[in-house]
Amino acid sequence: MEATQATPVKYDMEVVRWFTIAAAIYAVVGTLVGVIIASELAWPFLNLDIPYITFGRLRPLHTNAVIFAFGGCTLFATGFYMVQRTGATKLWSNGLAWFTFWGWNLIIVCAVLALPLGMTEGKEYAELPWIVDIMIAVVWLSFGLNHMMTVAIRKTSHIYVSNWFTMSMIVMITYLHVVNSLAIPVSLTNSYSVFSGVQDAMVQWWWGHNAVGFYLTAGFLGIMYYFVPKQSGRPVFSYRLSVLHFWALTFGYVWLGSHHLQYTALPDWTGSLGAAVSLAMIIPSWGGAMNGMMTLSGAWDKLRTDYVLRFLVVALAFYAMSTFEGPVMSLKSVNALSHYTDWTVGHVHSGALGWMAMVAYGALYHMVKKLWGVEKMYSDSLVNVHFWLATIGTVIYIVALWVSGIMQGLMWRDYDEYGTLTYTFVESVSAMHPYYVMRMVGGLTFTLGAAIALFNIVMTVSQASAKRSSGAVPAKA
Amino acid sequence: MSDHDKIYSTKFQDKIERSTVLMFVVIALAVAVGGIVEIVPLFYVPNTGVNGGDGTYNGTVHKDAAGNAISMDKIVWNPETSAHKTLEDWLPGDGVRPYKPLELAGRAVYIREGCYLCHSQQIRPFRDEKDRYGHYSIAEESMYDHPFQWGSKRTGPDLARLGGKYSDEWHRRHLSHPRDVVPESVMPNYFWLADGNVNVAETVQTMKVMTMMPFNPVPKTIYTDAYIDGAAAQLEGKTEMEALIAYLQGLGNHVKFEEGVNYRD
Repeated sequence: MEATQATPVKYDMEVVRWFTIAAAIYAVVGTLVGVIIASELAWPFLNLDIPYITFGRLRPLHTNAVIFAFGGCTLFATGFYMVQRTGATKLWSNGLAWFTFWGWNLIIVCAVLALPLGMTEGKEYAELPWIVDIMIAVVWLSFGLNHMMTVAIRKTSHIYVSNWFTMSMIVMITYLHVVNSLAIPVSLTNSYSVFSGVQDAMVQWWWGHNAVGFYLTAGFLGIMYYFVPKQSGRPVFSYRLSVLHFWALTFGYVWLGSHHLQYTALPDWTGSLGAAVSLAMIIPSWGGAMNGMMTLSGAWDKLRTDYVLRFLVVALAFYAMSTFEGPVMSLKSVNALSHYTDWTVGHVHSGALGWMAMVAYGALYHMVKKLWGVEKMYSDSLVNVHFWLATIGTVIYIVALWVSGIMQGLMWRDYDEYGTLTYTFVESVSAMHPYYVMRMVGGLTFTLGAAIALFNIVMTVSQASAKRSSGAVPAKA
Repeated sequence: MSDHDKIYSTKFQDKIERSTVLMFVVIALAVAVGGIVEIVPLFYVPNTGVNGGDGTYNGTVHKDAAGNAISMDKIVWNPETSAHKTLEDWLPGDGVRPYKPLELAGRAVYIREGCYLCHSQQIRPFRDEKDRYGHYSIAEESMYDHPFQWGSKRTGPDLARLGGKYSDEWHRRHLSHPRDVVPESVMPNYFWLADGNVNVAETVQTMKVMTMMPFNPVPKTIYTDAYIDGAAAQLEGKTEMEALIAYLQGLGNHVKFEEGVNYRD
C-alpha cells in the first residue's frame, strides 16, 4: 500500500485533522436532530407550535446533517488521508483542501439556517436552495479535482482500490447533483425544478438512490478497503474480487433508483428494470462485504481486544444485511407492502447507522490515533461502550421500524368479512405510537454513543496536544 | 522483476489502474449508462405525461371500454376545445389544468412546510388504495407539478384525491389544530398559517417561471399575460391558510375517470 516506507513523506494532514473533528461533532448534531423529530412523531406536542422546529422543516435538516455534514466530513477526511498515504505523496494542493474545508462548513451553516426557515426545493435529500446548490457544486469539484490530481501525482505504480471507489463517487455525485438540481429560480432562496411529474420522479430517485449508492456506499467502501486491512494488519482478502466488485457496483448501482417508484404512474418497465438490477446487485454488494470480512482471516482473535476493529466488522455485517434487504424490498410484491411505510425508513437506517456510521467511526478512531501520534485513545473502554451503544441502538431502531412498517402495510390492505377496509387510516397511526417511542429510544442510544465518541476524541486530541507542546513526544506526520 | 510489473488481473484492468485519466474516463462512462437508459426514454415514450406541443402526448392513447380512443383533451384540459375557456370557468372533470394563483401560493406553503415528507400524492392500482383514496394516479395528473410531490412515506394518508372530500371549514380546523378533529393525529399544529399573508410578488413570479419551463410549461394560452397581470389582485390579502386550503381542495378532481379504462397502458 505504502510503497516508499524508506523515505518518509511529509503529508498534508492538518486539514484531515479538522475534517475528522468536524465529522465527530456533526455526527452528534445530526443524530440529535433525528432524535428530536422521532420524538415529535411519538409526542406531537413537541412541535411546540414553533414553525422552525416542526417535523416538516427539521426532517430535511436531519437528513442533510447526517448525510452531508457527518458523512461528507468523514468522506473528505478519509479521502484526503487515504489518497496521500496510498500514493505516498502530499496533496496536490493543500490550499485547495482548506478551501474544501471552509466551503463545506459554510454550506452546512447555510443549511442550518435555510432549512428551519422553510427554504427548500421540495425534493428529498436535495432540499437545499439553488444558491447553496451552486456552492455545493463548486466545493465538491474542488475536492474532486484535488483528489484526482493527487492520484495523478502518486509515487506508486497502481491506483489503490480505495481511490477507485472515491473517484466513482466524485464522478457520479457530480452528475447527480447537477441534473437533479436543474431549476429555475423565482427568488434568491426559492426555485422550481425544470422537470415535472413522471420525469421529475425518475430524476429525483436516480439522485436519491445513488446518493445512497455512491456517497454512502461507494465512498464508504473506499474507506472500508483502506481501514479494514490497516486496522487488522492483514492484506485485502482478494484483489480480483475487489476488481469485479468495483466495476459491477459502479455500473450497476446507477440503475436502482426506479425501484422507489413501483406501481406509480411511471411506465411499468422502469420499476421492473430497477428491481431486476437490484437483485443482481446482491452479488457485488456481498462480494465487497465478503472481501472485507475475509480480510480478517487469521486475525479474528483481534476482535476480542481491538474495539475499533469491532466497528468495522459489524459495519460489514450490517452492510451485507442491508444489501440483501434492499433488493428484497425492490421486488414488486414486497414493495406493494413496504412502500410508503416505516419499513423503508428502517431499511435506510440499517444502512446509515449500521453500515455508514459504524465504518465511519472505525476510520475516525483509527485516524485520530495516527493523526495525533498516540498509541491509545484517551479511553479505550469508552470506545467499547460506544460500540455497544451504537450496535444496540441501531438494532432497536430497525427492529421497531420493521414491526411498525409491516404492521402499517398489513393494516392498510386488510379487509373484514364484509369486504370493507378493516381499519381507518388513523387507526394505523395510533398503532404506531409504541414503535415510534422505541425508535426514539434506539436513536437516542445511538446518539449517546456518538456523544461519548466526541468526548473521547476531544480528550485524546487535547492530551496529545498537551504532550506535544511539552515536547515529550516528537510530532508525527 | 519487481512486483509492480506483474499483472494480477487483465491487461486492460492493469492499464486502467496505472492511469488516472483512463480510470476517470472508464468510470465516467460506466456510471452514465443506467441513468440514460432509465431517464431519457421517459421524455419520448407514451403515457408519461409529456406535452410535446403537438397534442398527442408522445402518442399516448387511452381507450374507453368500447375500445375507442379517448380524446387527450378530455384527460388534459385544453381551453381551445373545452366548453370552459378560462381557469375560472374550468370545472372538475374538464381535465388536468395548471394551478390557479391562490393554489400555486398554497402549493409553495405545502412544499415549504415539508408536507410531502409525511403525505404521498400517488395512489397505486390496488383494491385497498382505490377504496381508501380513489382512482389510481395517472401520469398526466402531475404533469404541471414542478417538482413532483408524490412523496415516499405515508405517516399521514395519501392526498392525491383530497380535493372536495372535506369542507374548507374542516380543513381550517384540521390544519390549525389537527387533534381537535382527529384525536390520534401526530401532525403539527399549523394555526399560525392564518397569521401570514401569501407572498404576492413571488407567486406572480412563479407563474411566469412556470410558463418558461423547458419541460411541460404552462401554455401561454392558459397563463396569458393578462391572467398573470390579474393574479396579484386575486392574491392580495389572502392568508397562507386560505392558499393552502385552496391548493388541497384542487387535488385530484381534474380528470373524469371512466369505468373499465386502463389509463396506464
